[in-house]
Amino acid sequence: MPDYSWPPMNDRRVIGKRISRLDGGAKASGRAKYASDFYRKDLLFGMLLTSPHAHAKVVSINLDDAKRLKGVTAVRAIAAPGDEIQWEGAEIAAVAATSEEIARDAIRKIKVEYQILPHLVKEEDLSKAGPRAKAAGEQVTGDPDKAFQDADAVTVEGFYAIPVLTHCCLESHGNVVEWKQDGLNLWPSTQNVSGIGGDLATSLKYPAGKIKVEMDHIGGGFGSKFAADRWGVETAYLSQMSGGRPVKLMLERRDELMIAGNRPSAFAKIKVAAKKDGTITAWQSESWATGGIGGGGSPPLPYVFTEIPNKRMSHSAVATNTGGVRAWRAPNHPQASYLTCSALEDLAAELKMDPVDLFLKNLEVTARADTYRAQLAKASELIEWKKNWHPRGQGDAGPVKRGLGLAIHTWGGGGHTSQCRTVINPDGSVQVEIGSQDVGSGTRTVITQVAAETLGLPMGAVQLKIGNNSLPPSGPSGGSTTVGGVSSSTRKSSVNALNKLLETVAAVMGVQPEQLKAIDGRIQMKDNPAKSMTWQAACAKLGTNKISEMGANDQRKPEGLNSSGVGGIQMADVSVDSETGIVKMNRFVAVQDIGLVVNPKLADSQVHGAVIMGICGALMEERVMDEYTGRMLNPDMEFYKLAGIGDIGEIISHLDITPEHDKRGVVGLGEPPAIGVVAAIANAVANAIGVRVSHVPLTPMRVLAALEGRNA
Amino acid sequence: MENFAYASPATLQEVLGLLSNKPGDVEILAGGTDLISTMKEHLVTPRLVVNIKPVKELGGITSGNYGLRIGSTVTFDELTENATMRKSFPSLVEAARGVSSPQIRNMGTVGGDLCQRPRCWYFRQGYGLLGTDKGKALVPDGENRYHAILNNNGPAFFVSASSLGPALVALGATVRVVSSSGSRDIPADKFFVTPMNESMREIAIQPNELVSEIHIPIGARNATYEVREKMALDWPLATASVALKMNGSTVSSARVVLGHVAPTPFEATAADKLLAGKTITEEVATEAARQALMSAKPLSQNSYKMQLARVAVKRALLEAAKG
Amino acid sequence: MIVVKSPNPPTKKGRVSRRGFIRGVGIGSTALGVGALEKTALAEPVAIPKTMGPEAVPVTLKINGQPVNVTVEPRVTLLDAMRNQIGLTGAKRVCDRGTCGACTVIIDGKVNYSCTILTIDAQGRDIQTIEGLAPAGKLHPVSAAFVSQDGQQCGYCTPGFVMAAKGFLDHNPNPTYEQVQHGLGGNLCRCGTYVGVRKAVLEAAKEMKGARHA
Repeated sequence: MPDYSWPPMNDRRVIGKRISRLDGGAKASGRAKYASDFYRKDLLFGMLLTSPHAHAKVVSINLDDAKRLKGVTAVRAIAAPGDEIQWEGAEIAAVAATSEEIARDAIRKIKVEYQILPHLVKEEDLSKAGPRAKAAGEQVTGDPDKAFQDADAVTVEGFYAIPVLTHCCLESHGNVVEWKQDGLNLWPSTQNVSGIGGDLATSLKYPAGKIKVEMDHIGGGFGSKFAADRWGVETAYLSQMSGGRPVKLMLERRDELMIAGNRPSAFAKIKVAAKKDGTITAWQSESWATGGIGGGGSPPLPYVFTEIPNKRMSHSAVATNTGGVRAWRAPNHPQASYLTCSALEDLAAELKMDPVDLFLKNLEVTARADTYRAQLAKASELIEWKKNWHPRGQGDAGPVKRGLGLAIHTWGGGGHTSQCRTVINPDGSVQVEIGSQDVGSGTRTVITQVAAETLGLPMGAVQLKIGNNSLPPSGPSGGSTTVGGVSSSTRKSSVNALNKLLETVAAVMGVQPEQLKAIDGRIQMKDNPAKSMTWQAACAKLGTNKISEMGANDQRKPEGLNSSGVGGIQMADVSVDSETGIVKMNRFVAVQDIGLVVNPKLADSQVHGAVIMGICGALMEERVMDEYTGRMLNPDMEFYKLAGIGDIGEIISHLDITPEHDKRGVVGLGEPPAIGVVAAIANAVANAIGVRVSHVPLTPMRVLAALEGRNA
Repeated sequence: MENFAYASPATLQEVLGLLSNKPGDVEILAGGTDLISTMKEHLVTPRLVVNIKPVKELGGITSGNYGLRIGSTVTFDELTENATMRKSFPSLVEAARGVSSPQIRNMGTVGGDLCQRPRCWYFRQGYGLLGTDKGKALVPDGENRYHAILNNNGPAFFVSASSLGPALVALGATVRVVSSSGSRDIPADKFFVTPMNESMREIAIQPNELVSEIHIPIGARNATYEVREKMALDWPLATASVALKMNGSTVSSARVVLGHVAPTPFEATAADKLLAGKTITEEVATEAARQALMSAKPLSQNSYKMQLARVAVKRALLEAAKG
Repeated sequence: MIVVKSPNPPTKKGRVSRRGFIRGVGIGSTALGVGALEKTALAEPVAIPKTMGPEAVPVTLKINGQPVNVTVEPRVTLLDAMRNQIGLTGAKRVCDRGTCGACTVIIDGKVNYSCTILTIDAQGRDIQTIEGLAPAGKLHPVSAAFVSQDGQQCGYCTPGFVMAAKGFLDHNPNPTYEQVQHGLGGNLCRCGTYVGVRKAVLEAAKEMKGARHA
């Protein structure tokens, strides 16, 4: 079997280098094309009519006036009389028209009668949920009652809440579909180029092989863009009804925030007990969450400190009349990290203990004590914990209080199933073909680096094709598995292709293929660099036969090229104006173990982005539902608040790039650094102001209420 | 948005000739930062939109012995860049800077700031200016974290969104409005009104009238302090603008006006009284802030805004006292 | 700016004053020579100016120095005209309410939200879009800095950010870190690229000054 293993760290010429993203120029010059940028003279514009009610029965739908409007090419009812609508924003009807303005006019001409039904849109008060709260069975380990009753035990109890967030992708969900007699062309905004066509095919009952999918760029997904979706199916029908003209349907911003995915909330009453030396002896949590009408959201508690000897956990999923949950950058983990780390910080405060010491004391009940121990030391050093930390509430005397907080996290990652083809042409040109997508994490760049490294070529010599379902299939970009998957398949296909080339060259040179290697644009003897030929000359020996070799990564059999399971420690340094309750980010340190780092520059960007997303969630971002009307009050970017460039402070990313981590292969990074941010900031605020704010985001409303000793 | 006819006259006379007595029939376009959004939301559906930016006499900042005249189409950016403004009216400059998106500062105008509609999310979701659903007032039992803490006995619970309003009221500015039948000068404190029913507007301007300019007397030390969650692209949670007439280091008269806490800029006359004859110290400022909020009555979620408003008053006073 | 020595004080509160009206109008206009206004204002009926629409009307825009003809209803925003009719898709539609900056263009030298300007209102103005920053195959120094400092991920906010940065640097060629934070406050990113954006703007400032001195 060929040797696919990664070249030794010190021998790498391209992998591990801080190379700028290959599509950066296209994006920064506005030339990069997204599905929403599709522009053609015969393009039609699709639009959805969505429900203004959270819970209602459709009584009637009248499309006549919409159909009569000049310029309208198709009108379709999606819901039917008698259908029960379970959330605001649910799809009712769709139109296509020759202009976006006409499409909007047409939507307003559709008449729908609803019978309003009672709704539940808020889940914080579990007692109001009634039968809509479904309890999972209680899980008990050891003897928690006895542990809590232990005379020596120090016990803290707390309530912690984290709201529903929406993905708020800047490019809203949607697609362009052109459904002609002989086939269907789909230009989606998707994290799943290889798979979305099949999903659409199933819904349309149409042969998957006749669906062509193409996507160069996607404007954000974060876990919410895997499926063809109802609107994709509707777009196809609108195209068909419009004589096969292409129809572009991108969700309006308000629908994007209501129906295109969200992250479940989490609420928990948590009790923790420890010995006076900080050894945690017992955990009890009663948690609940909502992710829409299907319930959803079950944070794994206790998080990371899973082997606490005595535990009792119960969880309820609350079905609310709100848009459905979708995967959101490390599903359930940010909530679990926030709930757990908050309770542990409160325990440390009760014990009058430095929380770093509390974490250190209990690392043996985690799955990777050594990693965390080293990371705690590194993060403490970077944020100057020893110098800057003070016991809870015992910091500055003035109105502005500084505080530090920490959080811990873990994630799987790994490498998804992926196939890649490497083609070497007699003229020396190289193509790498893979049905993957670059969601902004730098996949294009990473694949090219791996191919260039393997073939001993500069980046510019590799022509990469991604974003098309006619290419070798590669998995969806989720679970931080893309870089692991595509780098492994690319490594294999490129090794296989190179070996073919070396066979040809070896025969010409009169040596064995194993004696040759590709390096710096040449094929040369491993033990005699003087005996070599240029890449160009080597390829010319192929005559008229190009090399085309496949490589595959099997998610279950990574063969040493990738692996899963990482840990991270994050620390926040904040200042809180105790008169206004405004929290200012000073610094944030993220220490992350990610195995082999293909491109540290892009990896740093992933960490920065994950931290910034977490800052939004910690300080300002939340879905606001109105109990009476059942509607979302902030389906916009004005009151669905996201941090701006001035709100984030300094962010320090530290990647554990060591031989020890490197030998684990590629792991994946999109999600892990997004996990602990809210927890670290919430703990820093508690440390600063001396009191726990039970709810995030930590707005002045909540911080001041906590300071006044009331619940927000 | 619904379609409309459009006009872009070059003269004020022509503009006034196009205005209508019928509420909502004609909308005036200057910066457009609020109007375009309200039209997209179908909150307003004018027959005609009249662009007033080309009208030269509605622009420009001019100064004289009496004070300053600011044309209604002056942008926030022009305001903050004007040397006289910076010297004499730091409270207005600070409020204009608080409109913290450069794009909005380049587009948004002084007249538009005064006439913009409230940001109340019930209003923006289509429940009317007063936020009602089949007669039920949604704000008092609903999501009212950003709503009024003063003059909030109903039916209005929204807060005035004007950034410049509180400073203009504190400075004793007047707003000149014109129509085809003449002009009238409205003191800034009378320009903003609390609507008592859904057919009323939140400003004292008739459908056929247009804000043409603002006059501000020079002479008071002034400052604005704004509290907001985000550095940019966010509305203040509470603001205070103060104007102090000084006699040496003693306040001879004061005007303290709060923003984003009531359906109009709120004149804290109790604080004004307290400050008269005092030298501003941390203690005096704190007590004035307490007095300013004496009549506040929070809704279910927004008691925190009382504290924010107090802080804003205190910090604005201390800033103004620096001179 | 026109400075007039003595603006008239306002009239007493709330009183309609025809004389004040004329004077009021005159305040800003004296130097503009609108003496004629006083004569015509009351004596003659005002000519009703031409209105356009609501049907689509021909509009000529000046985009990146070139005249562009479109036929649009008055309600069509500049952003929608560019994206749907002209084929300039660099500016993105994200919030569509002037609250995110993805649609940023430079108009008459200043950054604006193109989602919040009517196309018809953009006539006669100098509109610069991301497409006009550099010829095909070349990168403007601001774009280049966004690449080298990795001030982008998915890239959807990037054209707007680049234009906002360009507009900012045109007025602040030598900015501090603090000024960058304020100057780019009108744009939002969801991937969280601000660390790279901050560095990119500072790097671009250096590069552009270098270019000017060269």
